[in-house]
Amino acid sequence: MFIDFFYTLRKKGVPVSITEWMSFMEALYNGYFQSSLNHLYYLGRAFLVKSEAYYDAFDLAFQEYFGGIKTENLELDKVMEWLENPLHRLPKLSPEEMAELQRQIQEFRNTHDMDELMRQFRERLKEQKERHDGGGKWIGTGGTSPFGAYGFHPGGIRVGGESGMQSAAKVASERRFRNYRNDIILDVRQTKMALKKLRELKREGLEEELDIDETIDKTAKEGGEIELVFNRSRENSVRLILLMDTGGSMLPYTELCERLFSAASQMEHFKEFRYYFFHNTIYQDIYEDIQNYKKVPTEKLFSNFHKGYKVVIVGDASMAYSELFDINGCIDYFYTNDKPSLEWLLRIKEHFPHSVWLNPTHMNFWGHYTVDTIGKIFPMYELTIDGLKDAVKTLSSRTKSIRQLSAMSA
Amino acid sequence: MANATQGYRGSDDYIASKPLMEIVNVSVALGKPLVVKGEPGTGKTLLAHSISRALNKKLLIWNIKSTTKAKDGLYVYDTVQRLNDARFKDKDISDIRQYIKLGRLGQSFKSEEQLVLLIDEIDKADIEFPNDLLNELDEMSFHIHELDEEVVARHRPIVIITSNSEKELPDAFLRRCLFYYIEFPDDEMMERIVKVHYPDIENKLVKEALKKFYWIREMDGLRKKPSTSELLDWIKALSLGGIHLEKIGSEIPFLGTLLKNEQDTDRFIKLSNAQGGFGFKRRF
Repeated sequence: MFIDFFYTLRKKGVPVSITEWMSFMEALYNGYFQSSLNHLYYLGRAFLVKSEAYYDAFDLAFQEYFGGIKTENLELDKVMEWLENPLHRLPKLSPEEMAELQRQIQEFRNTHDMDELMRQFRERLKEQKERHDGGGKWIGTGGTSPFGAYGFHPGGIRVGGESGMQSAAKVASERRFRNYRNDIILDVRQTKMALKKLRELKREGLEEELDIDETIDKTAKEGGEIELVFNRSRENSVRLILLMDTGGSMLPYTELCERLFSAASQMEHFKEFRYYFFHNTIYQDIYEDIQNYKKVPTEKLFSNFHKGYKVVIVGDASMAYSELFDINGCIDYFYTNDKPSLEWLLRIKEHFPHSVWLNPTHMNFWGHYTVDTIGKIFPMYELTIDGLKDAVKTLSSRTKSIRQLSAMSA
Repeated sequence: MANATQGYRGSDDYIASKPLMEIVNVSVALGKPLVVKGEPGTGKTLLAHSISRALNKKLLIWNIKSTTKAKDGLYVYDTVQRLNDARFKDKDISDIRQYIKLGRLGQSFKSEEQLVLLIDEIDKADIEFPNDLLNELDEMSFHIHELDEEVVARHRPIVIITSNSEKELPDAFLRRCLFYYIEFPDDEMMERIVKVHYPDIENKLVKEALKKFYWIREMDGLRKKPSTSELLDWIKALSLGGIHLEKIGSEIPFLGTLLKNEQDTDRFIKLSNAQGGFGFKRRF
């Protein structure tokens, strides 16, 4: 039963597991849904979707499966067109008429099931040849037929549009949870959450944790005289350098970058956090301020910071060919560079083995030649929640080898 | 089924939306924990209080902190106390049982009657924390190693878990729970909520205040949007201060109850000036 719905959900990217589906089925058989689409929608969501990030995908799937949008090769566009511009005056029903309608709906519910309804819907779509408003049979607006929009049939199938009565299909088609999707751009808090995963715990700082094992050992050695032993608590030892592009092509993404920046700097989560700015790409100087006045030689990155620092570069990576590959290719007229930018980027990558590039533009626009080249040097991710998470994973995945390295050198 | 039809219907001081009520009922009936997420101030924690009152069951609260370990909720073996007692030899220390203290989860299992257990702000704890509770919440039982004893829940407690999404919860954990995201209430719902808290308040005042409240919430770039509790404070301040209705139309008295930091206040002033006086943003 509804097994297709399971696959529709998965197709839409909702990570439903068998366990969840089975408990959903259990609830279904126990009759908690009271055979109503509304219940099915809200309870189904509680059973199957475990993050508001997937609410939107669930809505889409629900709409596809139950909303009757996905029907055979009918002239759906035409149907949608009829429904798009309804008569805005709803027929005024007297209380008696309303009661009669309610009774009919109840009867209808008792005698029809969902599949039957779907079947009828398709049939009627086939029969129907024109726009229809009001009335009780055809698919249209403002009527009392179980199919259509803006009508008085809560148990029926709605085809998009707004509804006078609350119905599940309405909520689903509203897509109120679009803003909670995972792949949209991030806000500061979400960014912080993603960055929080970037950590290596080491014992540092004050000795304040009671070490039970040591305490027992010591106490036993002292012949029962209690001797408390304290340990240093664990702390994050990640050091982070953020390099941000302030070039003109980054202007549309200023706010996005600001959020990343404020998240990283507000966090007090890292052992050390440094940031520098550059214009389009990196040459022998980077800057301490956004206006690019306070120069710092890029060389300093290598002399001041050891390999253990993690580097995150934010930029759109698209620029003129010459800016990346040529000597004196810098876009800034008064700036000369005796080494091409590419060389500097390679040096950064060499010196800081865990470095990633975050690109605020959508992956579809990464076809540009310079983006492609830079993508080969640094692992490149989209500046979205998902992208940031992947980037953090990459940054922390090699921590082991680095730890070994530093152990060896020490 | 019986449970689901007559169960939780909200309580007189808490307004729950219909879907939420039904999900609470199903979670009670199936004995599955319910994870509630939502913006601050949407009443996640109050939900558990309301369920406990409505169903007339005792409420146990387990407040999670960043240092909380899963085992704390089950039981704690107070070794230091025992060691201390052993030192002075004035107590019988052979019975370990007296040094085993049950945590909140343990208490709710052992209880004679069914309880409501609120695990508050589970995301405050370490990322791994929920995973350590998987089996305990699934089977509603755990093992005390020191006594070699199994604690099995006599009545499955009604478990409500709240999360502020500071950290994401692990999938394996979520698979065993029901999930509900409480949206920020719309103005209609909010009016009912205000009415529940201040039944005697003037209708017009509430309407006017709500209009302003949602206007402020819609402003871009506020660091902390005012939430329900701020609104309630504000309305209380307004009614106590005896502010005239016209005044709310032209300015925002007691702004401090709504916006809690300086940047937001600055931003508010800047924006509201830019929009040509107060309250003329096209909301509809």
